Amino acid sequence: MKFGVVIFPGSNCDMDCYWAVREVLGEECEYIWYKDTDIWDFDCIILPGGFSYGDYLRAGAIAKVSPIIGALREFVKDESKLVIGICNGFQILLEAGFLPGAMLRNRNLKFICEYVDVVVENNETPFTCLCERGEVLRIPIAHMEGNYFADEKTLKSIIENGQVVFRYHKFNPNGSIYDIAGICNRKKNVLGMMPHPERCCEELLGSTDGLKIFRSIVAYHGGKVEA
Amino acid sequence: MVVRIIVNLKRGVLDPQGKAVLGALQNLGFSSVKDVRVGKVIYLRLEGVDKGKVGGIVEEMCAKLLVNPVIEDYQWEIVEE
Repeated sequence: MKFGVVIFPGSNCDMDCYWAVREVLGEECEYIWYKDTDIWDFDCIILPGGFSYGDYLRAGAIAKVSPIIGALREFVKDESKLVIGICNGFQILLEAGFLPGAMLRNRNLKFICEYVDVVVENNETPFTCLCERGEVLRIPIAHMEGNYFADEKTLKSIIENGQVVFRYHKFNPNGSIYDIAGICNRKKNVLGMMPHPERCCEELLGSTDGLKIFRSIVAYHGGKVEA
Repeated sequence: MVVRIIVNLKRGVLDPQGKAVLGALQNLGFSSVKDVRVGKVIYLRLEGVDKGKVGGIVEEMCAKLLVNPVIEDYQWEIVEE
């Protein structure tokens, strides 16, 4: 399986994602420059965290008009192709309209960097197929704009369609509506999440729960979907 | 010509920055302040555009980039001919 990690000007979790996929998971992985559009070789593309374009205008707003995002619009029409946006990557996916809703500043106006517990709300996605429904994962967050917002109608529809993939467990750090930490699109091949799974793939880093997400992607791709 | 666009969070969307400024003003003794909303102002200098077409161009810019319609509203006006 071939992963790609997109580098925007201002991405800063690109190397962590590469490390998690290449060194920890042992899968093929390449960097993709944000101006590249030749991406059909890849099976799963990661939009990493960071501060693309310095978060100017709105987090993710300027990255959404870059060439790679135009290419991704075609890429995701093929349901076997997967895209995962982590933190700033999630913000870009919202701004670009791959996922519904928008991000607001954290309720307490602080940059929050800490481990949080998230519940797997839906394990019938390519990104969570090795998790149990209701399983609690310990994954760190690090963001200023993670206060997910959607109007009532949108919220109702993403809940009904099983698009809420992760919710904060017991403690909501940023004020996000319905405690949402991660959502996917209707077709379930695009996931956006604020927590950073690439930061918790080795015991040395305090948790290996992030690996469950990357392993799920590989298992889904190989058709070996096991509990 | 110069166009000014004022972007605000929609009514009903929580504005944590406005809340923090409200608290600070009240701490300073401005007890008459009951609410604060913080927005942003964007100035565009345009050249070679008919006045009649400015609206269409500005609205397209707002829809494609400058404003996130999920959470923001905007108003614009020509401030310099």
